[in-house]
Amino acid sequence: MMASSYNAKDEDGHHPGSVGSGGPGAVKSKKPDNTAFKQQRLPAWQPILTAGTVLPAFFMIGLIFIPIGIGLLVTSNNIKEFEVRAVAIATSYSCECASLNNRNSPRTKDFSNVFMYYGLSNFYQNHRRYVKSRDDSQLNGDKSSLLNPSKECEPYRTSDKKSIAPCGAIANSLFNDTLELFYIHPNGSRIAIHLVKTGIAWWTDKHVKFRNPGENNNNLSIVFQDTSKPVNWRKPVYELDPSDPDNNGFINEDFIVWMRTAALPTFRKLYRIIQKKKDNMTPTLPPGNYSLEVIYNYPVRSFDGRKRMILSTISWMGGKNPFLGIAYITVGSVCFFLGVVLLIIHHKYGNRNNNADIPN
Amino acid sequence: MDLDTVIYLAIWDSHRPPEEERRVRANDRDYNEKFQYASNCIMTSKYNIITFLAVNLFEQFQEVANTYFLFLLILQLIPQISSLSWFTTIVPLVLVLSITAVKDATDDYFRHKSDNQVNNRQSQVLIGGILQKEKWMNVRVGDIIKLENNQFVAADLLLLSSSEPHGLCYIETAELDGETNMKVRQSLSVTSELGDPNNLAQFDGEVVCEPPNNKLDRFCGTLYWKDCKYPLSNQNMLLRGCVLRNTESCYGLVIFAGPDTKLMQNSGRTKFKRTSIDRLMNTLVLWIFGFLVCMGVILAIGNAVWEKEVGALFQSFLPWDPPVDNFLFSAFLSFWSYVIILNTVVPISLYVSVEVIRLGHSYFINWDRRMFCSRSNTAAEARTTTLNEELGQVEYIFSDKTGTLTQNIMTFNKCSINGHTYGEVMNILGAQQKRVQALDFSAWNPLAARDFCFYDQSLLDAVMEGEPAVHEFFRVLSLCHTVMSEEKSEGELLYKAQSPDEGALVTAARNFGFVFRSRTPGTVTTQELGKAVTYTLLAILDFNNIRKRMSVIVRNPEGRIRLYCKGADTVLFERLHSCNHELMNVTSDHLNEYAGDGLRTLAVAYRDLSEEQWEEWSEHFRGADKATDCRDDRLAAAYEEIEQDMMLLGATAIEDKLQEGVPETIAILSLANIKIWVLTGDKQETAVNIGYSCKMLTDDMTEIFIVNGHTVQSVREELRKARERMLESTRTRDGGKEAEAQGWGGAPPPSLLESISGEFALIISGHSLAHALEADMEREFLETACACRAVICCRVTPLQKALVVELVKRHKKAVTLAIGDGANDVSMIKTAHIGVGISGQEGIQAVLASDYSFSQFRFLQRLLLVHGRWSYLRMCRFLCYFFYKNFAFTMVHFWFGFFCGFSAQTVYDQYFITLYNIVYTSLPVLAMGIFDQDVPEQRSLEYPKLYEPGQLNLLFNKREFFICIAQGIYTSVVLFFIPYGVLSHATQSNGVPLADYQTFAVTTATALVIVVSVQIALDTGYWTAINHFFIWGSLGTYFTILFAMHSSILFNIFPKQFHFLGSAHNTLGQPVVWLTIALATVICIAPVLAFRFLKLDLKPQLSDTVRHTQLVLQKKRKPGGRAGRGVGGSRRSGYAFAHQEGFGELITSGKNMRLSSLALATFASRHSSSWIDTLRRKKHANSPGAQNTPPTGENSTTSPQAPPLSTSSSAAGEAEQQSNEPVLAHSPDEIALSAIRCTVREVGECSTATVQVNIHLKTSSSTNYMQIHHTCKSTCTSIVCYSTLDRALIL
Repeated sequence: MMASSYNAKDEDGHHPGSVGSGGPGAVKSKKPDNTAFKQQRLPAWQPILTAGTVLPAFFMIGLIFIPIGIGLLVTSNNIKEFEVRAVAIATSYSCECASLNNRNSPRTKDFSNVFMYYGLSNFYQNHRRYVKSRDDSQLNGDKSSLLNPSKECEPYRTSDKKSIAPCGAIANSLFNDTLELFYIHPNGSRIAIHLVKTGIAWWTDKHVKFRNPGENNNNLSIVFQDTSKPVNWRKPVYELDPSDPDNNGFINEDFIVWMRTAALPTFRKLYRIIQKKKDNMTPTLPPGNYSLEVIYNYPVRSFDGRKRMILSTISWMGGKNPFLGIAYITVGSVCFFLGVVLLIIHHKYGNRNNNADIPN
Repeated sequence: MDLDTVIYLAIWDSHRPPEEERRVRANDRDYNEKFQYASNCIMTSKYNIITFLAVNLFEQFQEVANTYFLFLLILQLIPQISSLSWFTTIVPLVLVLSITAVKDATDDYFRHKSDNQVNNRQSQVLIGGILQKEKWMNVRVGDIIKLENNQFVAADLLLLSSSEPHGLCYIETAELDGETNMKVRQSLSVTSELGDPNNLAQFDGEVVCEPPNNKLDRFCGTLYWKDCKYPLSNQNMLLRGCVLRNTESCYGLVIFAGPDTKLMQNSGRTKFKRTSIDRLMNTLVLWIFGFLVCMGVILAIGNAVWEKEVGALFQSFLPWDPPVDNFLFSAFLSFWSYVIILNTVVPISLYVSVEVIRLGHSYFINWDRRMFCSRSNTAAEARTTTLNEELGQVEYIFSDKTGTLTQNIMTFNKCSINGHTYGEVMNILGAQQKRVQALDFSAWNPLAARDFCFYDQSLLDAVMEGEPAVHEFFRVLSLCHTVMSEEKSEGELLYKAQSPDEGALVTAARNFGFVFRSRTPGTVTTQELGKAVTYTLLAILDFNNIRKRMSVIVRNPEGRIRLYCKGADTVLFERLHSCNHELMNVTSDHLNEYAGDGLRTLAVAYRDLSEEQWEEWSEHFRGADKATDCRDDRLAAAYEEIEQDMMLLGATAIEDKLQEGVPETIAILSLANIKIWVLTGDKQETAVNIGYSCKMLTDDMTEIFIVNGHTVQSVREELRKARERMLESTRTRDGGKEAEAQGWGGAPPPSLLESISGEFALIISGHSLAHALEADMEREFLETACACRAVICCRVTPLQKALVVELVKRHKKAVTLAIGDGANDVSMIKTAHIGVGISGQEGIQAVLASDYSFSQFRFLQRLLLVHGRWSYLRMCRFLCYFFYKNFAFTMVHFWFGFFCGFSAQTVYDQYFITLYNIVYTSLPVLAMGIFDQDVPEQRSLEYPKLYEPGQLNLLFNKREFFICIAQGIYTSVVLFFIPYGVLSHATQSNGVPLADYQTFAVTTATALVIVVSVQIALDTGYWTAINHFFIWGSLGTYFTILFAMHSSILFNIFPKQFHFLGSAHNTLGQPVVWLTIALATVICIAPVLAFRFLKLDLKPQLSDTVRHTQLVLQKKRKPGGRAGRGVGGSRRSGYAFAHQEGFGELITSGKNMRLSSLALATFASRHSSSWIDTLRRKKHANSPGAQNTPPTGENSTTSPQAPPLSTSSSAAGEAEQQSNEPVLAHSPDEIALSAIRCTVREVGECSTATVQVNIHLKTSSSTNYMQIHHTCKSTCTSIVCYSTLDRALIL
């Protein structure tokens, strides 16, 4: 055919040196270099979609996803999660007691840690103005930021001409209900369950991001003396956990957890950990009745919010999460089904013209 | 060098009041100083070091896109609106601005360099009576400068005197208008006498003339000197850019300098061309802005509602910012905030990336070895880097003929002398036989030209044997012409021919021993077979378009008077003596044969004149010559009188050499559905000839229409007839369309014309075109022309070329490409969407105006079918992917808006937003945009149909755009809601919930980067190492930067800026996150994969099939070869004589010869009316633009002929050569098969013979094939229908 012969002739006819560099000292040939790059002949892998590659891919996805999905679903179903919707009573300082009856309580088989969460709904921690209303520098223990917080904190930047520490809307709206869990012994006595309040924040947050100002000064009240507490707070930041200096001030873990803003308006945050028994013989939470006591400080009624308390165990893949398993099974099945459909289509209507016979 | 680029006149220049007239006094700088004329310093550069930054930024911000991003930047500085940090916009903006600035600076640097080079050229200026060396830039208006031979003219000069007689001087204007033939300029006689520098230094004439303008061919002014007025015209001017030739030296007065010169005035701003993709892109960007505003409004409304319903209650935790006092104002601010966030749907990097990709494609064009011509040592050059993808969409090609399709080289190819034909032993096996030794003339003829090739030994033998007819034949060729000779040293002859045909003929005679050596007004000296002979030149009966012949009357040394004549056969045969009848028939056959080969033919004859006849006629002639009225007519009548009863000697055949590969290129381009129109200034016959030889016209065309009318009515009538004929033939073919064809009086429905099935060609001449292009007829013309497969417009002016292009451009909405080589093509090159210049022999004006340039027409197929196609494909894939990835990226914010109180909170980290477009996703898509290939280059030349998607704009249009957008939005939905579904309940394995904002951001961002990477992997069809590197590298970079940004090191330095501390580590360590990402990826990609597979499986494109064939099956492609075509013997007038008249007179007047060699008396006796005037007058009258003297003769003699039946066998020969080569690679059977095809094509006449060949060849080798071939050729004369044969062959 013409085209190819043209190429061949071209190569022959204009062999370098035939004319361009006829003799010594001839005009330097401007002939472009014969490199694969410049001539667009780089070696290349040219994948194409064929029945031989696409259909197996779909089947493979199906075959991989469905088992994963089943595994995830089973794991998720093995996780025990218990949720209490706190029926909020409008008045503050009230104590709400909920009794958890036997059936819903975690079963005897759970020997691992049980995690206690509080959940809020309709709370827009992800609002732009809310998210930016903090001063990371201040929280990192920067002295100057402590006394002169970032403008981002407005209007919770200063009060009474003193800078607020910690400043900003996030800190100001710190969740301050107190939740306590009691085991109601069959004999009627209430045994308070020990709730661990550390280890609930990211390691990096606790150890890098949040730092109390004044380095080694253990007396936080002096460090914070020129600052004012956030307006909604009842007590200043250095009294968040007076019992434990490693959990006080900015490095208080409840505070850190709160400062890690949620992505969605309905969220839960880790509140306490109920540690497993040391002997590994008795379940963390033996079956029985429990009572949840909430010291109600945090107003959510005003914006139509809801509070929850969640108890949950954990697996390798985290908490109870049926969505992922179901999604995997669904996607896997759809892919498999799609593979079958494509196979049928390919066999029935598929283009058989893929041979050398190309219409021109 | 860069004279065509935008010229910025020096700033002070613009302050000058507009000039009304120019006054220049020679040798008086003080006087001229008053007018503040521009100096001769030119400045094409835009900036200098100090102004660069300011001016360049100012220019860049004139671009809408840049201003838009500046506007966004300002918005971001308002804290209530700012939803993103300022650097998310400023980083890309600065990047873009600096890339552009660097490019501009480099361009300008080269402009500075070339300016300096030009400005520092040396010239000799007459200052104070002494010649002094001055730089060009220091030459002032009013200076007198001296030019020497082969020097560039430094400024626009008034020619004062020259070393040549009569103040004549010769210039080459190639750089100015592209014409390579020399032009004559003459000084005023008063100044030409000034001569030496001393006199010139005293010259104090004052020139008053028009202000600077760009009209190259016009100058009007007056010289006042010594109380006299002398009118000045263009004939007295030497323009900057010309080169002095054949003139020892001359003096000129600078009239216009520097930016005022006509050259610079002409190199104004070149119109900025945009591609259709550009325009589409701009429209789409506008739509996207609209879309952006819509989304902004939706989200603002959402914000209003939310603030009213929820936010107002939430105020205890989150009060409104101070200036906001109600939800409406908040909504207003939120609108702008969202405009900022969502602006990434049209990222700033789009424009830069597009430019980078185009630049890459341009480099590939520049680097292409297969578009390099080693003969002229020029590589192809993409002079415009912004049009590449449009090369993949061309539908119409407008081509010049001379120098583009043809080489403008005439070679004496064959001749017929006294009934015997001599010529090249052209033969079938092409290559081998063609290399028959060219005759070696130098051995016996020291004066022979070395580059002359002739292959037929028998002619040389005939000369040697002293055959009188052969001698006489060459004697005619050596005497009857207007060529000037120049003998630099003994034996080194140089001919300056006015037309290349004539040069070829004289050179042929020279090599066969009849050497034309020199001439004076009254004599011609030749060297006949080594013996010097001087003929007395009695008269030159000059050529013109009506006569189509020229004669000379000479007296040989023996005193015999003879008239030698050469001219068009049709004209000459009428004037032969009756005894020539037999010879005439034989010669006529030969002429037919030559014409069939596409050669340009001339017949040659002589007549013996007695002394009395001569005396009588010369009396008559003198009377006619002196006549004041109707001189031309009376001269013509006198010529007619003597050119009678001539004796035929023979005929010559000159090959107008086609450029290499032209027929093949045209064939391939027309297979690619590209229509080729030839627009030429040449004559109809020449154009038609070339049309045949380059296979635009073929004998199996249904009909060829020739529109040649001179009036509006006749043109309209001819066009109407053509359409009727087309419809008729369509009707007879597929019948049953009568109903539609009824309402046929007015404008026919275009659909009807498009459905025409036959193959038609239209040939229209310039004067008809003038009518056809009028507003009321242009549609008719266009429809008729577009229904034809080939259109040839001949005798068109440069302006008409542009008009034709403009017409098609305007009405057909098709991409047009104009290709040409000369200054007359500049207008159409500038008009067409794409202009291609042939950088060949003729000047550089076309190249300067062009967007692409290369040196061979055949490179066009590569430019379009390979580079253009790829560029288009890549650009389309790039754009599709680009819009997709940005929608996928940006729309996530939209969905998030519904969950964050429409507060314009971003989903991602702001650094991710900054870097997404410029780092994480830019390089893979750039690599695809630059390197991607769907099918290898050979295949796109093999299957020209692969070009069609570009013409139909299938790969990127509004529909494709919406598909991309939809895919992008789908991806964004998946990318938001899958993490939403998973993470809202998920916790880390240590119980900490995953639903915090930062984890969500990292998960979504990672999923996004992975999904778009998988998508680009799917889109990339050609994985080079670079693609691998970029794709994997981008992913790697993403993770590297992610971990770096989230590291404690950066946080400790800037705690406020890098508050995502630890997110990457905490998030990506979770298996749930990876499961989420995998899930999102599969959900995003699987449908795309399924859809693509279905499309490929059920409705594969040609490119898919080709690719599939190429890659998977790896089967050997079918050996190609189209069926050959019969070679008939129809007669076309091959006469073509690219000649101007008037040179005969120039010669006999002796004005163009050195004084020393002239007998002064010779021309003293002749009438002394300026021959230049006559020449100019005639030129003027002959130019096609002038309507008052219609060239009637031409039309009367060339009435439309029956459609010719033959194709040129030389072209067929080349084609056969083409198809021969692949044969070598295949099996012997295939060799045989192809060989037969060649035979058939070449001989093409005898069915029985060919069938025999077929049988023979099944077993035989190619040696007997040749014998058979010869028998075929000798025995077969009848034309045979061919298709049956072909079928037989395929069996």
